[in-house]
Formats: sequence, C-alpha cells, structure tokens
Amino acid sequence: MAELQDKISKRFPDATFENGEILLINIADAQLHDLVKSLRDEHGFDYLVTIVGMDWTTSMGCIYYLTSTATRQLVSVKVQTADRDKPMLHSIADLYRIAGIFEREVYDFYGIVFIGNPDMRRLFLNIDWVGYPLRKDYDATPELNPVSIENERQSDSTYTWVEQADGTVEKKEVAVFTEEDFVVNIGPQHPATHGVLRFRTSVDGETIKKIDVYMGYIHRGVEKLCEDLSYMQTLHFMDRLDYFSAHNYHHGLCLCIEKAAGIEVPERARVIRVLMDELSRIASHCLFIGTFCMDLGATTMLFYTLRVREQILDIMEKTCGARMTFNYDCLGGVMADLDPDFVKDVKELLAVIPKNVKEYNKIFTGNVIAKNRMEGVGVLSREDAISYGVSGPSGRASGWACDVRKTHPYSGYEKIEFEQVVRTEGDSMARFKNRVDEILQSAHIIEQLIDNIPEGEWLAKVPKVLKLPVGHWFQLVEGCRGVFGVYIESDGGTKPYRLKLVTPSLTAAAVVDHITSGQKIADLITIGGSLDYIVPDMDR
Amino acid sequence: MREITTKSMPYDAWKDNEYIEKLVKELQDSGANVIVGSLDKLINWGRSNSIWPLTFATSCCGIEFVSLGAARFDMARFGWEVARSSPRQADFIMVAGTIVNRMAPVLRRLYDQLAEPKYVISCGSCAISGGPFRKSYHVARGIEDIVPVDVYVPGCPPRPEAMIYGIMQLSRKIKVERFFGGVNRQESRKQYLAEHPLEADNA
Repeated sequence: MAELQDKISKRFPDATFENGEILLINIADAQLHDLVKSLRDEHGFDYLVTIVGMDWTTSMGCIYYLTSTATRQLVSVKVQTADRDKPMLHSIADLYRIAGIFEREVYDFYGIVFIGNPDMRRLFLNIDWVGYPLRKDYDATPELNPVSIENERQSDSTYTWVEQADGTVEKKEVAVFTEEDFVVNIGPQHPATHGVLRFRTSVDGETIKKIDVYMGYIHRGVEKLCEDLSYMQTLHFMDRLDYFSAHNYHHGLCLCIEKAAGIEVPERARVIRVLMDELSRIASHCLFIGTFCMDLGATTMLFYTLRVREQILDIMEKTCGARMTFNYDCLGGVMADLDPDFVKDVKELLAVIPKNVKEYNKIFTGNVIAKNRMEGVGVLSREDAISYGVSGPSGRASGWACDVRKTHPYSGYEKIEFEQVVRTEGDSMARFKNRVDEILQSAHIIEQLIDNIPEGEWLAKVPKVLKLPVGHWFQLVEGCRGVFGVYIESDGGTKPYRLKLVTPSLTAAAVVDHITSGQKIADLITIGGSLDYIVPDMDR
Repeated sequence: MREITTKSMPYDAWKDNEYIEKLVKELQDSGANVIVGSLDKLINWGRSNSIWPLTFATSCCGIEFVSLGAARFDMARFGWEVARSSPRQADFIMVAGTIVNRMAPVLRRLYDQLAEPKYVISCGSCAISGGPFRKSYHVARGIEDIVPVDVYVPGCPPRPEAMIYGIMQLSRKIKVERFFGGVNRQESRKQYLAEHPLEADNA
C-alpha cells in the first residue's frame, strides 16, 4: 500500500491520502479520470466494486471502491464538488463498463451529472420525479411526488453531457431507440423476469439488437430509510433485499457495524453465522434450479428442489422462528441459541443432499433439450465479467475466481476447507452447473462445522444505544448471488450518516444487454434466468 | 340463516363468521326469487371452487406464493393451481409484495385488464399499509387507493397457511355474491371506480 501511495503521489502531486483499513485517495475532479485509468492500467485495479454517492452538506461527491483481481487489494478514491445547484463530475464509464449504471444511480439519488457518460437518465425514479431523494435537504412531502395511477411518462431518448475543447459543458440528446427499431416490451409483469423487471427489447426478426433494462418497479428507498434508524434497526431491511441471502446480508451489515464499534463476536456465534449462511446458500441455489428449469419448461424440477428447500426452512424456523424474514444475526452475535434439534436435523439434511443433487443432474443437466438450450448461449468472457462486475456463481462461470470467502475471508472462512467452483465456458450451462456444484461445496462446509460448534455465549454484550465513532467503513461478504458490500459513514451519532449497499443483482441485470445482443429472443429467458438476479435486491 | 360451508373447514373454525353472516343477510334482504337464487348458487359454487390467480409478485411474499404452489402446501387441492401469466385469463390478483410509485399504474392496468368477475387479495404488510417501508419516499402506503381490495392477509411475509386461509375467505365471499341483478360488491365496486377515476393517458 505504501508503495502504491508513493507511485501515485509522484504522478499526481495534488492527491492526498488517508490511511485507514482501505487506502483512500483524495483527488480533484479534473484528474479523476487519469488517476482511475492509471490505477486500472498500471496497478491492476480492474474491478470497480461500487460508486458511493455522498452528500456532505458542504459538498457533494463520490467514493469509488476498486479492487485488483490479481492482488485482491482494495483502494478507494474520493472526489468532491462544492457546487450544489449543478454538481458535475467526470465520468469513468469508458474505463469500467458497469460504471455507467453506477453513475446513473448516483445521478438519480444526488443529481450529480457525469460528464461523458453516454446515458444520463434516472435509473429508479420517474422522469418527472421532483428532487433527489438521498440529498440531505430532500423535501419528502408526499404531495410533491404522489402515488399516481396515471401511466408514467416515458422517453425514447437520453442525454449526455459533452465537454468542449474550451472547457464548457454541453447537453446533447441521444436516441436510445431510433425510428426504425422494432421495440418489444417484456415485463414488468412477466413470469420469466423473476420479479418486476422490464426489458425494452429492440429486435431484428428473432435476433435481439439491444435491450434497455428498465428498473425501479420495486425501488423502496432502503438506503434513505436507514439514515433515520438506529444501527440495530437497520438490520431488518437486509432480510427484504435478497430474501434468499437474508442471513448472508445480515452477516455483512453486522460485520461492518461490529468492525466500526469494535465489538468482539463470540466464537459460537461466528460458527452459527457461517452455518446459517451456507444453509441459506443451499436453499437459494435449490430455488434457482427449480425456477430456472421451470422457465425452460421443466416444471417438475421445481417440486424436486423445493423439497430440499422446505427441509432447510424447517431447520431455520426451529431456530429463528420464521420461514423467510429471519432477522437472526444481530450486533454482537445471533439473536437466539440454536434449537436442540439443530444438529440432528442438519445431519438428516446432509444425508439427502448428495442423493438429490444426483437426481437433479440425472433429470435435467444431462438432458438433450437442456443442453441445446443452455450450452453456448449467452457467453460472457472473463474480461467482461470483471468489467461489468458480475460476481458470484455467474462470474465464476466465466473463469473469474471472485468468491469473497476466499479473496477477503471473514468469520473463520479462512480455516474452512472448500473449493471455489470455477468454470471457464461462461455460458448459461456453466452458470447453472456452478450453482449445482456449490450446493455440494456448501454441504461440505457444513459437514466440517456441524460437529465442532463451540460451546459458550452466542451474543456479546452490546450497549443499548450504539454510537459509532466518526469515520467510514467498508465490508464485503459473499451473498448467494455474489459480492455484497456495505459502506457505512458515521458522523458520531446513533444513526448512520450514509449506508450504501452494494448488491450483486444490479450488475447481473446491467450485463443482460451485453450478453443478449445478437442472440435469439427465446434465449433471453435462458440468459436472464441463468444470471439469477433478484429484483428487490437490484432496486433496493 | 344460510350457512356458507366449506368442505375443508368446519363453519365454527372460521374466525370471522359475523362478516359473512352480514353478507348473507344483505343477500337475503334484497329478496331473490327461487329460480334466480338457485342459479346464483350453482354459478357461485362453480366460481368459488376454481379461482385462478394471476402470476404477480413483486417481492418476498411472491416466494411464499411459489411455496404455496409446490408439493408441500399444494394449492391444487383447492382448485387455485392454474396460475395464469395473462390477466385476461385470471380471476384474482394476489398483490404479493410492496407496491411502489412506479409500479402503481402497472398494477391498476393489470386490474383493469382482468376479466369479470375479478377480485384482489392484499397479501403481506407492504401491500396492506406499506409495511416496514411505509416511511419511504417511493412506496405506496397500502394498495386501497389503487385497486379495491377483497381480502387482506397480514404477515411479513404471510405463511403459506395464512395465504390458504385468505384465499379460502375469498372463496367464501364469492359464495354469497349475487350474479343476477347486480347488488352486493358489484355495486360497491362501481362506486369505488367512480371515486378513483383513471385519468386519460398523456403518453
């Protein structure tokens, strides 16, 4: 890190540094593009984890989190602008393909315009939405933005801001679809979009030319809601983002707050958390297999896979008291001790999993129709997977070893022996097979832990009113669908000043346009299904 | 008084019989002749035993709805398993999940596209009141302002058993509906639609 700091300060003498858990580079907006370019090309930071939009009241800006897939180092870049009326920053959309979507999100929430971004529309909110909701001075009067049953105003064009040679910035209109395009609307109410996602698809005969992914049909403003709640109260939203990774997301937010507050989690709670994470991973992948096969016409698979899922939900229910929204991980450990039957039930589950997986493979994976529909369909190369930030089993199907449990281990994963399932084909079949194999890997992790759950406390003493010191923290965990990140900024109070959630489904949806172009429209269902995005997770 | 019976549950096991009894009384007070009354009964018997849901889910509740369709809870026992993807073929919408500002017009359009007779079940605390997201800037605080609701199923998310109870309640309500003559909820819905007009598209 010190070496990197030296090199950067030589190239960019104006940059200032803050050494925390992750090196933070302060840079002026004019040099941002050059700095990020040099970080990417010379220092190998090829993966943009997220762009955190910020409103510090005196200034507005962004924090970019970058990772190197080779060295696994994390670095952050901070850029600010004092102009609140017309905040403008330079875009890095040409360096990372996912940056375009991230910048649109920041524009939607904060109104910061990115010069050079080819598509500066709002991402989640309507065109005529009044105000920028995550700004601290946002006027939340419901009358300003009422719930209307009138159809939303839509446009086939977008805007881009271009910097001229003399330094002035000009707004230009760009067409998303032209007059000649034949646009088919898919969603938001469509059984194969797995929720309320909408694709505006322009087709040439049966071939897809371009897809405009339209999000926001379940944008619930979780990040803004969290700013008005105490740290303990923010936890329950994690159940309702990606409801299959409820435990994993809780785990991530708990780790981040515990890191900031310096809370030591008892060993028993750490093991319980890992056990629950892996159980929910199995349940999640089971449901993925079921619904994905159903999309492809194999309805029977849903009944086979839900059998295992119901067994896991029963185990969870005995301990957590709910089937879906568990709210089990809490600050300092877990809410309650394990049920006395837990070990017995899990062993029964472990006994049936290999048999079940064998059955899934026998029925579906080797099936000729399934092979024809999945092999070679929707190929995503490794470079594109990294550039788009498609993580989790989908990223690993493209040959990118991105499992956070291996790259940035937490809660004792470094001591557990398991394999990171990586395939290089990058097609829908590889994404499907990866998830089937991960069920076995998760079962393997549970096998190692189930007989070695340490005795003792499961919940550390945590002050009733928790205050975090001034500062910011970033934590990554592996959800069922990929990298889940939490960014917390505290002003020393009992509530987070800013809580940003980095979710894997957003990047998975953003890549749909790229991998479907040139494919047949019938394959859109296969590709979308194999990416396994969860819409509330994407919209937050 | 006429008892609204269901095969799968004894009458006394229902929690809110007063409500149904009130509907029965309303029906009887309005006075129907024997032939029309018997025809009504026959039609309602058919309708109440095959109500088809629209495949519509926005968030967590939708996953419990999937569980409801799978082997363990098996809604096929009651004749609800034919989940249709097109509103033209469905009988009711189970609004499973949060409805946000952008989704509200879509929900209304889906409701308008449903074929008569149509029903709405508001499923889960988000659809009922906004639930945990009530204070958000982009969430509808309950769906009553968007579509008329017949049955509310509380829970976050409701267990599949609760959903079964809710849809069975709907089936009981259908049994006291009057098909000929159009009183009862047909009238109340007309009034609702008059109070919540759909303004012209400005597209």
